[in-house]
Amino acid sequence: MDRASETHNLDPIDRVLIQLTQAGLPLVPRPYHELGDTIGITGEEVMRRMQRMLDLGVIRRIAAVPNHYAIGYRANGMSVWDVPDERVDELGGAVGALPFVSHCYRRPRHLPQWPYNLFAMVHGRTRAEVAEKVSTIEALLGSECRAHDVLYSTRILKKTGLRLPA
Amino acid sequence: MLEIGMSEVVLDAIDRAVVNRLQNGFPVCERPYLEAAESLGIDETDLIARLRRLLDAGVLTRFGPLVQIERAGGAFVLAAMQVPADDVERVAAIVNSRPEVAHNYLRDHRFNLWFVLAGESLERLEDASSWIEAQTGYPVVAMPKLREYFLGLRLPV
Repeated sequence: MDRASETHNLDPIDRVLIQLTQAGLPLVPRPYHELGDTIGITGEEVMRRMQRMLDLGVIRRIAAVPNHYAIGYRANGMSVWDVPDERVDELGGAVGALPFVSHCYRRPRHLPQWPYNLFAMVHGRTRAEVAEKVSTIEALLGSECRAHDVLYSTRILKKTGLRLPA
Repeated sequence: MLEIGMSEVVLDAIDRAVVNRLQNGFPVCERPYLEAAESLGIDETDLIARLRRLLDAGVLTRFGPLVQIERAGGAFVLAAMQVPADDVERVAAIVNSRPEVAHNYLRDHRFNLWFVLAGESLERLEDASSWIEAQTGYPVVAMPKLREYFLGLRLPV
């Protein structure tokens, strides 16, 4: 596995910082100082720890997460592909590099009911737009693709993100 | 519950710039909203007010650190279930009640319930998965990622 195999233990203070921000960063002018005040460390210490977690990849980035539907991306298609295992890394790299593919993963098959080993998420304003993007992936995979499907989301049932228990 | 039929919220040009810019990242410094606001050509108070409004309106589901728990020994596991249409509400309520469930989507397929389990250890996620199977009466099919090829979700508005 790639860089994800490097793991770093969270010390108790890092863990508390993640818990305090998992619902959101404070919307105040000095958010890191406010977090520090809450747990009795300095704002500088909070910033040093946040930057270290960013550098290690424990925090991917500090960012806004939009609701696809609210911003007009009403079609969310999980395209799934059955490609030969010996070529999946090469093909996954090529699919993942397409500008409209937001996430691309290799996952295990569950035969016989689930033959797909490559997942590529595609968003669009309409299903037709997603279908067009999916046909681009199909063309890229060519004869290496033995079967594929697209699973459109019809409802978001939950979207809270990671929550570390207290 | 966020319905797919929810109305699209009207955003002005500055809101769009805020959503676009802040999907990419946010600084770690004493006055990060000030720094981000300056790069957007607005003032700090305006940026904070817009973020609060975008969060309240559901345009943003979150604003903060996006944790990659695998880097700290944890795991994210995609899981799928096949649930009869008339039992989806009950099963979704059981699945959603677990804090380890980070997202849950209904999809139009025989495997119709797709959720992500996230936590500090794989054992904990396995426990959650077993509990969900016992409570719902349906199998949970785990589809952990074996390899990640790209992850750069940015949705321009």
